[in-house]
Amino acid sequence: MTPVPAAGLSEVGTAFCLAMILLVPLAALGLCLMNTGLGRSRSAAHAMLTALCITATAALVYFFCGFSWQGAAGRAAHVFTVAGKPWNWIAAEPMFFRGLPLDGSGSDSGASLAALLQMFSVGLAALIPLGAGTDRWRMAPACVSSALMAGLSYPLFAHWAWGGGWLAQLGLHYGLGRGYVDAGGAGCIQVAGGLAALSIAWILGPRRGKYAASGMPAAIPGHHTVFVLLSCFLALMGWFGLNASGAMLFAGAAPGEVVLIAVNTMLSAGLATLAAALITRARFGRPDASLCANGWVGGLVASSAGCVFMPPAVAALTGLVAGALVTLSVEWIDLYLAVDDPGGSISVHAVAGVWGLLALGMFGRIPAGRVLNGVGGGPGDSGQWLAQLVGVATLFGCVLPLTYSLNWLLNRFLPQRVSAEGEWQGMDLTELGAGAYPEFVIHREDFIQR
Amino acid sequence: MRLAGFLLLLAGWGIVLSAVALLKSPPARSAFAIAGVGVEALGLALAIRSHIVPRGERS
Repeated sequence: MTPVPAAGLSEVGTAFCLAMILLVPLAALGLCLMNTGLGRSRSAAHAMLTALCITATAALVYFFCGFSWQGAAGRAAHVFTVAGKPWNWIAAEPMFFRGLPLDGSGSDSGASLAALLQMFSVGLAALIPLGAGTDRWRMAPACVSSALMAGLSYPLFAHWAWGGGWLAQLGLHYGLGRGYVDAGGAGCIQVAGGLAALSIAWILGPRRGKYAASGMPAAIPGHHTVFVLLSCFLALMGWFGLNASGAMLFAGAAPGEVVLIAVNTMLSAGLATLAAALITRARFGRPDASLCANGWVGGLVASSAGCVFMPPAVAALTGLVAGALVTLSVEWIDLYLAVDDPGGSISVHAVAGVWGLLALGMFGRIPAGRVLNGVGGGPGDSGQWLAQLVGVATLFGCVLPLTYSLNWLLNRFLPQRVSAEGEWQGMDLTELGAGAYPEFVIHREDFIQR
Repeated sequence: MRLAGFLLLLAGWGIVLSAVALLKSPPARSAFAIAGVGVEALGLALAIRSHIVPRGERS
């Protein structure tokens, strides 16, 4: 094998990185609240409980086998050779985190921190499809689906990108810049989750009443706009942690660079929201709250890949474009592709994530002195855009078919969609036996075109 | 059509990987990689079309 050494962290850096990692669950909380708020009131408790169960399942499966296949840079892995060059394709770690110094006693604290961060971020990735399956995705299949993601598709791609795998080594072996770079997880977490959301939306089909026979979609409004907007602030806090800890662990950022990361994250989210507000104001006559919230999270997602490699102005521009892309693609996916995605997960995570990865390749500036993925600074970073493109191609060409087939197979054995009657009653009554708001008696279907 | 779409996605990825692994000239490598992404785009379009429910069958 050709090990790429992991980033070394000082004692202060380790403590700071740990503090940043502990902010990441706030991003998951933000996504939970957003998905719940954008769904119907009769499915609210189910959405929150399913999110909790998905997070728990993903963490458990990642602990069981996920990390053993993902590994960390510089540690044991399986390698094959193509045309004389090594291709590091999967890690060879023991299961159950064995071999990791979880008490901080060993010298490889980076691997332990990476494992902890991944335990949270795999839950975040597994929560993304829940937004696309709102109001009709049963809890048990949702948990099994998240287990498949945490145990197979996520660790595989995360090893390639973050564990010293072949994508990370594209620079070392093929001269493509510094190899595939994704500091905050735009590809590993967001695009992978967004593509899983697309698979789930395809497999489940649209909610009843969403599309009339004429083909026109009905607008089914979310039940709690305050939840949706509150979730944006929680997501911001979580993304500060996600981007900062990811950049320190996978992109060699120093603790002092967290200021730049936070500035870039904030600017990207802010400009994305303003872009969404302006576009919806121009198209519908007034700003749309849910699309602005989608734009905010889309800006956060787009900031992730290059959060430490972009000047603030470029990060702001990246966010601006992400906000426009998210706003327009939500409508396009709903209207023209007939994909019912109540949480906007496909646009927010897949579309904005792909844009963030490509923006890093086109506009990112990796400092010449920084050794990244085993490659030091050279004359420019020619080929970085191609490395990013190969990463995006891998997400669509490998992760999407894998995710779809796993969920399609699961659906054959364990139907993922609730029955028509259960959907009519609401997921709360059908699966939990009680509603989130027992004093509400509003169940008219005002949105259905009659 | 659905299977063809997903097979094209895989095929496009294969082209991208082959371009990176086998070609040495940067322009040729870039051109073939972009072509592979084009094949993936075609596959994605097919997969999308195969999942669109015909208008008359929507409920």
